[in-house]
Amino acid sequence: MTYRFDYSWIAEYWPVILKGLVTTVELTLIGTLFGVALGIACAWTRSLGPRWLRPPVVAYVELIRNTPFLIQLFFIFFGLPSLGVQMTEFQAAVLAMVVNLGAYSGEIIRAGIEATPRGQFEAGASLAMTRFETFRHVVLIPALQRIWPALSSQIVIVMLGSAVVSQIAAEDITFAANFIQSRTFRAFESYFLTTGLYLLLALALRQALRGVGRMLFPRRAAR
Amino acid sequence: MMTFTLWDILRNLLLAARWTVVLSLVSFVGGGLLGMALLYLRIGKARAGRIFVQGYVELFQGTPLLMQLFLAFFGLGLFGIDVPAWLAAGLALILWTAAFLVEIWRGCVESVACGQWEASASLGMGYVQQMRYVILPQAVRVAVPPTVGFSVQVVKGTALTSIIGFVELSKAGTVVTNATFEPFTVYGLVALIYFALCWPLSKSSQILERKLNVAHRDH
Repeated sequence: MTYRFDYSWIAEYWPVILKGLVTTVELTLIGTLFGVALGIACAWTRSLGPRWLRPPVVAYVELIRNTPFLIQLFFIFFGLPSLGVQMTEFQAAVLAMVVNLGAYSGEIIRAGIEATPRGQFEAGASLAMTRFETFRHVVLIPALQRIWPALSSQIVIVMLGSAVVSQIAAEDITFAANFIQSRTFRAFESYFLTTGLYLLLALALRQALRGVGRMLFPRRAAR
Repeated sequence: MMTFTLWDILRNLLLAARWTVVLSLVSFVGGGLLGMALLYLRIGKARAGRIFVQGYVELFQGTPLLMQLFLAFFGLGLFGIDVPAWLAAGLALILWTAAFLVEIWRGCVESVACGQWEASASLGMGYVQQMRYVILPQAVRVAVPPTVGFSVQVVKGTALTSIIGFVELSKAGTVVTNATFEPFTVYGLVALIYFALCWPLSKSSQILERKLNVAHRDH
């Protein structure tokens, strides 16, 4: 192998990569926040919510979990405009991530909710809490604590999956890599560097989520 | 201008879906074999082997599959090989699949109670005998449902190979959209075909979990 690695382009192109990094982080943050919120709503509906709402939620979860993220993204970005819904690349990317994480985290959180002992609901009711208060204070927080590791892995998976949004020209890290390789013809170097960036991002995200877990569920640390 | 009927669209998509199926099978079988080899190192006695597999898993689970595909596509080219898309796609998917399967299977082997190792050792069994007669038969029961469940991820993962130019269901969706200008219909159909491939796998994983988990229920 006589190939010589050439990274001289970094001096010129690092702002492109930085911008991509910021976009990926933004996508992940917004996607996670709304995705987990949607997941909580789905989990509530499936385990405690009104019966008539359950079949549509089940259909949504099954549909999303059994189709590729890329196709969901294309459907949202290319398909929905024919129904008159126009979005920017960034908005479409966020929406796809929220819809995707909503389905996955819904299933994960539901497992946590269904592991709640019956007595907890009854204890909440006997303290004169409304059903919503019982859910919010008694059921949800311990449920989230129980499934936090699984939810964290899913969030990391969604962050890594977001590399695909470059295909609708949302300007994330992968988009930066594509841009650089098309300008410099240094394809391997460009993807090698950005892959390393993703790896660091994944490690950092895992640590950050562990920190968030400690913040949200302080009781475990005290025990 | 040519007009396309729904059947024209669907027929072309279904023809391309064959390649999704072939690539999924190749990746799953190849990844399974590599995963077994890695599992042997991961639960073996050699420290270097364990650390190598841990690093391997961290690397492939910590980076996007899309990037792995790009690196396989452009990386193999560095060796002076003219890389067809199917080769890069197959290689990257096999490596990626193995990284997930080895972790799933490790969990299954470790889920076998410690006492089973001790009991079989006290019967004078060697490592290979312990594995063959005591540990693996129990681990396999636990491993089947999550392994089938992961096959869904493999089928969905093949969609990314369209980006490096492998013509399968997703790529066909893009091509047909560019010809028909009906993205809503085409991507809707593509999604339904993926669903038809994946849902039976998801469902059978759930059913297997219920069936094979009898021994562990209520413990």
